[in-house]
Amino acid sequence: MNPGADALALLPEILMLTGAITALLTGSFVPRERQWISRIIALGALAASATAAAAAVAGTATSAYSGSYAIDAGTGAGRLVVAISALLVIVLGSDELRGTERESETYTLILLACLGATVLSGAADLLVLIAGFLLASIPLYALIGIGRTKNGAEAALKTYLQGAFFGILLMLGAAVLYAAAGTTSYAGLRSGLEHAAGAITGVGLVGVLAGLMFKAGAVPAHFWVPDAAEGAGTAAAAFATTVPKIGGILAAYRLLEQIPGTVAWPLLVALFAAVTMTLGNLAAFAQTNPRRLLGWSTVSQAGYLLMPVAVAGAVPLALPSLLIYLAGYAASNLTAFAIIGAHPDRAELRGYEGLSTARPWHAVALVVALLSLVGTPPTGVFLGKLAVFTAAWDGGFWWLAALAALNTVASLFYYLRWLAPAFRAASPDSPGAGDFSPRAWPTRVAIAGAALTLFVGIGGGILWAGLA
Amino acid sequence: MLSLAILFPLAAAAAVLMSAGRGGMARALFLGATAVEVVLTAILWAGYRTPGPDGLAYEERLRWIPNVGSSYHVGVDGLSLPLIGLTAVIFLACAVYDWGARDRPAPRAALFLFLEATSVGLFAAQDLILFFLFFDLSIVGMYFVIAGWGHGDKARSALKFFLYTFLGSLALLLGFIGLYLGGAPHTFDIPELLRTQPLRDNPAGLWVLGAVVVGLAIKTPTVPFHTWLPPAHTDAPATGSAVLAGVLLKMGTYGFVRIAMPLLPDAWRAWVPALVAVGVVSVLYGALVALAQSDLKRMIAYTSVNHMGYIVLALAAAGAGGNPAARETAVTGAVTQMVSHGLITGALFLLAGVLHSRAGTYDMGAFGGLASPAPRFAAFFAVAAFASLGLPGFSGFIAEFQIFAGSIGAVPLTALALPGILITAALFLRALQRVFTGEPRGKSPGLADLRPAEAWSTGGLLVLSVLIGLIPAPLLDTISPASASLVSLLGG
Repeated sequence: MNPGADALALLPEILMLTGAITALLTGSFVPRERQWISRIIALGALAASATAAAAAVAGTATSAYSGSYAIDAGTGAGRLVVAISALLVIVLGSDELRGTERESETYTLILLACLGATVLSGAADLLVLIAGFLLASIPLYALIGIGRTKNGAEAALKTYLQGAFFGILLMLGAAVLYAAAGTTSYAGLRSGLEHAAGAITGVGLVGVLAGLMFKAGAVPAHFWVPDAAEGAGTAAAAFATTVPKIGGILAAYRLLEQIPGTVAWPLLVALFAAVTMTLGNLAAFAQTNPRRLLGWSTVSQAGYLLMPVAVAGAVPLALPSLLIYLAGYAASNLTAFAIIGAHPDRAELRGYEGLSTARPWHAVALVVALLSLVGTPPTGVFLGKLAVFTAAWDGGFWWLAALAALNTVASLFYYLRWLAPAFRAASPDSPGAGDFSPRAWPTRVAIAGAALTLFVGIGGGILWAGLA
Repeated sequence: MLSLAILFPLAAAAAVLMSAGRGGMARALFLGATAVEVVLTAILWAGYRTPGPDGLAYEERLRWIPNVGSSYHVGVDGLSLPLIGLTAVIFLACAVYDWGARDRPAPRAALFLFLEATSVGLFAAQDLILFFLFFDLSIVGMYFVIAGWGHGDKARSALKFFLYTFLGSLALLLGFIGLYLGGAPHTFDIPELLRTQPLRDNPAGLWVLGAVVVGLAIKTPTVPFHTWLPPAHTDAPATGSAVLAGVLLKMGTYGFVRIAMPLLPDAWRAWVPALVAVGVVSVLYGALVALAQSDLKRMIAYTSVNHMGYIVLALAAAGAGGNPAARETAVTGAVTQMVSHGLITGALFLLAGVLHSRAGTYDMGAFGGLASPAPRFAAFFAVAAFASLGLPGFSGFIAEFQIFAGSIGAVPLTALALPGILITAALFLRALQRVFTGEPRGKSPGLADLRPAEAWSTGGLLVLSVLIGLIPAPLLDTISPASASLVSLLGG
């Protein structure tokens, strides 16, 4: 393929990058009260990127730059979900970020982190994987701390320290895999590792996976997630719990597909999944702050997302189930954060008492978002759960499917801790006294996100069949 | 036409929500919509002709998730049509009963209409995922009914109900996934699975059936999965209890005849001893614990465990092999019992709600001699109680007679459950005696008698029970062909 065609194949990525640079430059020249111009630029870039990605989905699977970047169903879905999620995040943050000191920088960072997540989802070479990891991580540290609050600074520091540590593990692992296989390209890894000692492959793989678990917010690299969800601004928190996961999980899937059976990686990933979902759920039980609750809930969701990764390449349903779960999860999680963004001063679950009578549509959106995260039909995550359970069982991990079902029941318990107050009448001593004056843009995102969640659940199946 | 019956209540629910703020409008819409739904099901029933073996009437199919072989597939046969009719009748009775309700009538009516749509949808579903969809949504709807309009420790009871039945639904989902993976080609379509008989002669079938049975047994509920039921019933509003006992519990037993038995017949046969034991224990335990209650609503709740136990017993016996005629009778009796229990227990719970709305308690010790201040109430309750204990002339007798005749013919050991009938009779007579006879005392003096709305709703249900008791043929003729094909599927 000639370089021009390669560049054209990367149009969605290039649009994100161009958008980031343009938003930054424009932002540095216009006064603070007119920073909305850079918001429009960022939104336009993301919309264009999503359109280009959607147009490319129909094409045949191919790769760019000597096979180092795959362009297939996985990349296509990654690009689309990342761009649409970021679009929703920016709209969600409109009220929060308007006229703040670093408005255009925030949009730039979001776009760069998006680009990183997208590159992760398409990387077919360890070096590209490392580049994507750094590109997805460094803007994230800044985003989490950009609000300059005390909690935000702590969360940023925590995220940074963990990111640095797991990033080094990732690079070490990549180096070991390179040493064993003699190449960094995934295609080469498959043949190169066939005859390498299992122990060496295992060490390298564990290092790389550890780095990707940081992006996915999964055990053992999950500690930054609840802190970021609580400490960062609402938009940044919504972003940090949604977009990096997409890149990290897809990257893990793509890499593992190429690793030969000399190491028992399916079992390893299944154990990661089991521990992640259980730990996330148990920790979420005690939370009284909705942001922290969502933070831990996203940890548990990472566990379910790892289920199809454990059977990567082994069953036909593995990749489609992962993609559907990612889409449903992104829509549901962003809807839940949009509800938080609409009522930003409510720091405890009891603060939502009286929501259903004061703002029925908010209550409906909250029900859709949280029941989707539980996995109740006909929502997006239900379709995802159905598919990943089936994929895991089909791949021989029936025990993981059973454990995931038990975890689902457990998760219902804490999601209901948020839903129940919302449907209770407000009492005089409830925080906020049941008076709700929501912000406008997060409200719109919440409604749109709820509709999207239902759309993925009801229409996702037909869409999926259309693509296959 | 069938989809119309599923979607119409949903549309009505949306209309009710739009009319929010005007309570009278919401109540009128609720009543009107449930009445129309009764007419719709009557038309369905009138046009119903028994389809061939394993065939379906009013079949409709739309693409939904083609990649996993799941579609919007609905249709009815002799097993589902009676339950759809029951659903329509119970919800109409609830709409009539709630005519005077003042507590947030619009969302309440919308929730009930939503529940009606999910119930009709479940009984019509011919796809496992569609079945699961309605199964789960019914749990969500009932949670909000209990948590929003219940009394007492409603938050806790609602949570217990949700967690318990949701656990059951996930066991069910795992079972469905097992069926899907066992089938060749992979599909969630029930008639398709019926043709291919996945997991035949496969030991994994026992486990898959185990998951399905646990899921359905929690919903039914049978011993030992019944512990969510008494608190949920005690703290639910009267109409909520009527819907829960009258319709939602049937989802469990209906799942047995629609999914567990026909799709996994050999595994069902292997499970017969365990299922017979569960049935016998549910019958006896439910009756004995009901006998020990002093709370009227809890007592009725425990009699549900007993009555649903008969159904499990009959279905277990039907898998035992032997005389096909006896087993067909047992299955027909079980389906009749589903309808009969819905009508009678629905009426009993609505009547119990009358006590609570007047006196604020269900404690039988707080009343006495109620027959003189509230003669109509006493009469209605007595009729419902006699119907429930299986007196000839009521639907319960037709059902239980067939259940025992069929079950004992197939598995003589099921006669062990016979004392259940005696205990139920004793407990209802004792309750009647404590609450209604003698001099008025406690909260009885001055207690207002049944209002017209209450009398019409409960009376309607009881009249239907009597009609089935006196002229059972139309109902039995609908059910029997389906029972026969189910028994022939079970073989043995």
